[in-house]
Amino acid sequence: MIKRRRKYIFILCILFAITLVLAFCNLSIGEKNYSLDQVIKTILGLSDEGSYIIAKLRLPRTITAILCGIAFGVAGNIFQTLLNNPLASPDIIGVSSGSTAAAVYCILFLNLNRNIVSIISVFAGILVAILIYRISYVGSFSTSRLVLVGIGFQAFFTAIVNWMVMKAAEYDVPTAMRWMTGNLNGIVTDSLPLLFIVVVVCLLSIIALRHGMQSLALGDQVAIILGVRINLVRTTLIICSVLLIAFATSISGPIASIAFLSGPIAAKVCGRNQSNIISSGLIGAILVLGGDFIGQNLLNTRYPVGVITGILGAPYLIYLLISQNKKGNI
Amino acid sequence: MNKNKAISITVLGIVILFIAIALSITYGTKSVGLSHVWDAVLGRNTDVYEVNIVQTRIPRTLFGIIAGASLSISGVLMQSITRNPIADPSILGVNAGASLFIVAGIAFFNIQSKISYIGLSFAGAMLTALVVYKLASVGYGGPTPMKLAISGSATSIALSSIISLIVMPDSSVMTTYRFWQIGSIGGTNYDDIKLILPITILAIIVSLCFSGNLNTLLLSEETAIALGLNVNRTRAIAAICGVLLCATTTALAGPISFIGLMVPHFIRMIVGSNHIPLIICSGIYGSSVLIISDVLGRILGRPGELESGIMTALIGAPVFIFIIRKAKVQSL
Repeated sequence: MIKRRRKYIFILCILFAITLVLAFCNLSIGEKNYSLDQVIKTILGLSDEGSYIIAKLRLPRTITAILCGIAFGVAGNIFQTLLNNPLASPDIIGVSSGSTAAAVYCILFLNLNRNIVSIISVFAGILVAILIYRISYVGSFSTSRLVLVGIGFQAFFTAIVNWMVMKAAEYDVPTAMRWMTGNLNGIVTDSLPLLFIVVVVCLLSIIALRHGMQSLALGDQVAIILGVRINLVRTTLIICSVLLIAFATSISGPIASIAFLSGPIAAKVCGRNQSNIISSGLIGAILVLGGDFIGQNLLNTRYPVGVITGILGAPYLIYLLISQNKKGNI
Repeated sequence: MNKNKAISITVLGIVILFIAIALSITYGTKSVGLSHVWDAVLGRNTDVYEVNIVQTRIPRTLFGIIAGASLSISGVLMQSITRNPIADPSILGVNAGASLFIVAGIAFFNIQSKISYIGLSFAGAMLTALVVYKLASVGYGGPTPMKLAISGSATSIALSSIISLIVMPDSSVMTTYRFWQIGSIGGTNYDDIKLILPITILAIIVSLCFSGNLNTLLLSEETAIALGLNVNRTRAIAAICGVLLCATTTALAGPISFIGLMVPHFIRMIVGSNHIPLIICSGIYGSSVLIISDVLGRILGRPGELESGIMTALIGAPVFIFIIRKAKVQSL
């Protein structure tokens, strides 16, 4: 037990180190390259050289990437664990698309303040999550029905988003791409504090509930026997993860595949002996940072991060489908 | 009894279709009077502004009739082949496959002609249909409705990320694609209609000829074989017709979703599973639904318009959810 715990902490340290390295890569490499030294000095406020590019452009972008990655990764992992199905991540079952639709409407048509937008899209996300759950509950609960109902919702909201984006941003392709695939361009600093607070608060509450979550994954009956107040725990977890998803979405757009990929990768890397909350968050951050780095620097066109992560997610989705079908889970 | 019912439903459908056509020609951002419509149809007073408007609305309406019928008959065929009430070109990922091939064609081979659009769209759609079917067949129980629907949606998600990758670098492709992928019957003309009409009619006739075989196939695969039906050939021909019908429409109008799901579903509830009335009625009602969605889109989206692809998704997604909710989604 202690040995396992130690191994998990060791892996977490490695993941954290990778996140840091990627973050520094994102800060120092770009159109103009800076040395590690300069980056650190600029962040600490000791040097003015390149302060605009590093402090005003790259730092907010990197921090957003990390926070959104954590948010998507953790929330996805919770959905997958609670519904006991890797296909049931919020980006596939339409919860994210509800938040996206609300956010796009508020931003493009009502011109609301970013923080209000985030709050509205949280409510929309929670509402959609409840609706999907209620509608897919017919006499008994079935995850595959939930996934399909979610896909229906997804189609509905995607149509709305497409329409709004078409009308509002006929010539503004980056804005359109943000709301279709997720993009970190044009992040501004003033939306960061609230995102940071939300991520920290939700993460802490989720970590506090991790034992309950693990028991729930064993099934409701087992969880009741183990003394878990299942409704309270489940509701809190779902609300926290929708909060995470909705806030992150309202800032970066729905970055494809992160929510869906992080949990399974974390389970592969760390095993399934613990709740994998922090590890899936770190994996999410690594995926967003890495995707953004590849999209910005390594290819001959600049791609939004969502396109890169979408490509990463596609083969895994197909693989998952085949293995699920083989197991007869659907 | 059943036959009378089918005939009355067909007649009702034709009446609705005519009303829909009349609405589609007269209503819109600018409404016109009936006298202008007659002038346009008879080719009189062509210099009057309203008559011109009517003349631009006619090809759009005609294309709507063809596209609606194609999509919904395509839905019937896919549902019968897979014995699955939730099959539809968009749900099975076939539209995404057609999109991918067309996008690749625009980006890499600079295709221009409508016929190459159709060819590529057919190739992509057929390939995706096969892949999705194979994916869903893995494992216990073969391709069950749930597995097919989930495989199709997952494949769509996977393909659309590849589409983004192809589309992004080139802003001109991006612009073309963004408008195309919404799905609209607005930008079509007489040449498009001339091009797809023969293909559509041929595919519909072939599927009508095979409707007896499709009826047998619905019993069960074993029964069909015992009755001496060449199951694989029937399936293959019906699949080619189904994919051809949706691929031609998708190539010219972009992906229009859910028509092939909702129309056959309700028609099946009313006229039963005999394929001759099923195909005919689905065709007629499919046209009406698409044209009415288009008209609604023009009315709701004033001063511009809401593309028919968006309208059908807004109407069709709730219907899809409703069908999923009905407990028995096991098989037809």
